[in-house]
Amino acid sequence: MTDITINTITAAPRSSAWSRGFAHFRYVMTSNPVTLLAFVMLAAMILIAVFGPALVPHDPLATAADKALKPPSLQHWFGTDQLGRDVFSRVIVATRLDLLISVSAVALSFFVGVAMGACAGYWGGWFDKLSGRLLDTIMAFPLFVLAMGIVAAAGNTIQNIVIATAIINLPFYARVARAEVSIRRNAGYVQAARLSGNSELRILIEKILPNTLPPMMVQLSLNMGWAILNAAGLSFIGLGVRPPTAEWGIMVAEGANFIVSGEWWLALFPGAALMLAVFTFNLLGDGLRDLVDPQRRT
Amino acid sequence: MSAPLHNPPLLAVRDLCVEFATRKGPVTAVRAVNLQVAKGETLGIVGESGSGKSVTSYAVMRILDRAGRIVSGGIEFGGMQLHSADEAMMSDLRGREISMIFQNPRAALNPIRQVGKQIEDVLIRHAQATHDQAKQKAIEALEKVRIRDAAKRYHAYPFELSGGMCQRVVIAIALACRPQLLIADEPTTGLDVTTQKAVMELVRELTRSEGMSTLLITHDLGLAGEYCDRIVVMEKGEVIEQQDTAGLFTAPAHPYTRRLIRSTPHSAATVRDLLPEDLRTPDLRTPLPPAAAVSAEPLLEVRDLVKVFESPPSLIQRLRGKSDAGYRAVDGISFSIARGESVGLVGESGCGKSTTSAMVMRLLDATSGSIRFKGQELTAVSAAAFASTPQRRELQMVFQDPHESLNPRATAAQSIADPLRRLEGMTDGAAIRNRVEELATQVGLPPDLLDRLPHQLSGGQKARVGIARAISTRPELLILDEPTAALDVSVQAVVLNLLADLKAAFGMSYLFVSHDLEVVRLLCDRVIVMRAGSIVEAGPTAQVLSNPQAEYTRELLSAIPRPAHLPGHAGRQAPAVIAGAA
Repeated sequence: MTDITINTITAAPRSSAWSRGFAHFRYVMTSNPVTLLAFVMLAAMILIAVFGPALVPHDPLATAADKALKPPSLQHWFGTDQLGRDVFSRVIVATRLDLLISVSAVALSFFVGVAMGACAGYWGGWFDKLSGRLLDTIMAFPLFVLAMGIVAAAGNTIQNIVIATAIINLPFYARVARAEVSIRRNAGYVQAARLSGNSELRILIEKILPNTLPPMMVQLSLNMGWAILNAAGLSFIGLGVRPPTAEWGIMVAEGANFIVSGEWWLALFPGAALMLAVFTFNLLGDGLRDLVDPQRRT
Repeated sequence: MSAPLHNPPLLAVRDLCVEFATRKGPVTAVRAVNLQVAKGETLGIVGESGSGKSVTSYAVMRILDRAGRIVSGGIEFGGMQLHSADEAMMSDLRGREISMIFQNPRAALNPIRQVGKQIEDVLIRHAQATHDQAKQKAIEALEKVRIRDAAKRYHAYPFELSGGMCQRVVIAIALACRPQLLIADEPTTGLDVTTQKAVMELVRELTRSEGMSTLLITHDLGLAGEYCDRIVVMEKGEVIEQQDTAGLFTAPAHPYTRRLIRSTPHSAATVRDLLPEDLRTPDLRTPLPPAAAVSAEPLLEVRDLVKVFESPPSLIQRLRGKSDAGYRAVDGISFSIARGESVGLVGESGCGKSTTSAMVMRLLDATSGSIRFKGQELTAVSAAAFASTPQRRELQMVFQDPHESLNPRATAAQSIADPLRRLEGMTDGAAIRNRVEELATQVGLPPDLLDRLPHQLSGGQKARVGIARAISTRPELLILDEPTAALDVSVQAVVLNLLADLKAAFGMSYLFVSHDLEVVRLLCDRVIVMRAGSIVEAGPTAQVLSNPQAEYTRELLSAIPRPAHLPGHAGRQAPAVIAGAA
């Protein structure tokens, strides 16, 4: 019911709001070339993840014993691995899986963490104490070891990698959300919203949370990088995704054995892809923050 | 005490232009400014926000931020060319020859360093003291600004001191090296009137005894009039008038100066007088409509209202099962507001006036006491559940800071529409939009501004959005919590008139919370003076202000800066009995 009214009231200035939004996007992009670079790289990554598997020149799982361990060439741009599989195709195909794991893990921990932190910051009391101690407990473990433990205990599936990555990222969101909400809990516009007859839940969701977005965006993009590293790390040590699935962590792990004997391309290219992905997400933070911050608009 | 003008000036600013680089290209903040400060003289720079008065002083100190630069013009100080001086020379001059005191003293002090040490830093930096005698000199500096127990206060951290005390420490730091020029940028904004008086008199006395020159930058013409020898009026980056103080008040040359003097509420008989004739819109040109008859039946009755803020008990207290008495912010106050009446609630910071208004507004639960609104007890419903009661729409509030009270992500229209949706149950988008536009017109907000975000609006426009939101449900009681404290005087004049008109049009009752007795005088029928959680005096405005009974009220009244030269005012006397300022 309320959603409808919100839509209709904004219907009149909608076109101008869209064009203003686009103008703001253009401003953020052009004012900072690094942000532009990050968004271009992100777009490229998303395109590769969506269309890559359909476009790769070779089947990423097809083995060919006669072509094993060939260095990069025109036919195999990134060379071939010990089973004769095309490294280029595998790196491209792996993008989708790695992004999927990290995006879903970060989304999961974002929603759960923000909900926890926001409630703790807004109402305080026993929930704040309980969730605070729970997060302290998570933080007390070395995070990667905790993730290893969770995956090892719960079973070696992609779903469990996502959950483990989400759990170890949870404290970061919950803490940022708690701090950001609690400083706004009695802000002037929140008091005004109370006077306007808004319920407490509506105040929290509609008035406070959107205002905490800018710092959350920075956290979000940094965590995306960590989540990708974490997923790859778990695969690297043999947990999580299992061969022969194409995944950057496994490929680096498998390729590492061949670096000594001079076949550097097995580990280098998936490693570079991993690095580029993390790099992209780390650069993205400031730009995302500027995009969602209304104060940056003129 | 007028300054000898034949001497070469200590500070001379010639054709100064300052530009800021912004997203929309360079903006000229200060344009061809000329001013001089003679030795021993106190020069006031008066202007509203955006007039370039602070930028001028920052340019003199060469502390413009990175986006700003001096485009042309010269700044000469005691024979030195400051506009072209290098950073090493400037940092040697700053604090030793030219010092500055800032608007927010707490922000100007390092929060985690003892105040005495901060004074020592300056002394040692400018080789005014060695490490051995620095402490002694710092304590002397604290004594000079009349901080009691200076030796003990030396070890205090800024958060342990009141705002007035912090400003004294800042002054001690500024004067520690006996500079020749003191720049005071809004030194008392945010301080109570009695503290303001103490701080300003201290500055005047110290600078006079040391023969220092002072550049006082303020938005308050009254303050400048009382403490300055000469006044420079700035508007939109330009100096529009320079005169000695008496001349400026008796024969202001520029229309803007006249408007400023007029907007200052000291001499006005009614709120209408605050506005210059040419600025009055048609509906403002009419005299104030006669006040609606104040009925005998009270709209709001407050009895023995108490609010105690308890600090959480310590472990030992918890073990013993005892707790502190707590801090009594509001200590058993009683008052009533009749239908159609406007009551001023006056007091200095910490007196409990905001706590009282928050309790009446049902944003805060009272510890004890009763609040009856139209005969119904309001304290029966907790503050948290009050949003869903039918009385919510009859009790509304205009907040102190128009910027902070608007959601930064909501457009003006969305902010005004919020109570319409939640309290009036309006769901039809077009109907809401119509009502929002109607409200915007009533408060004088151009409808094309309705789709802007708060930071794209000016202070006065934001105040109007806040007022439109508060009156959208046609409340019977409106609490105005210092609604003009953050506004320029000319904007304040317009907003006060708007409030007076709205009250007459809708027959609302006002509880006007303020620290400014002059504004209360213009807008309120009755006034309540609070101090330390209790009412010290209450009565009809004219009577309380012209013939105050309580010592504290007299103190408050005498602390208001009141330049002797203001027309219609014979110096520092109790204000004239007001005619009919409803």
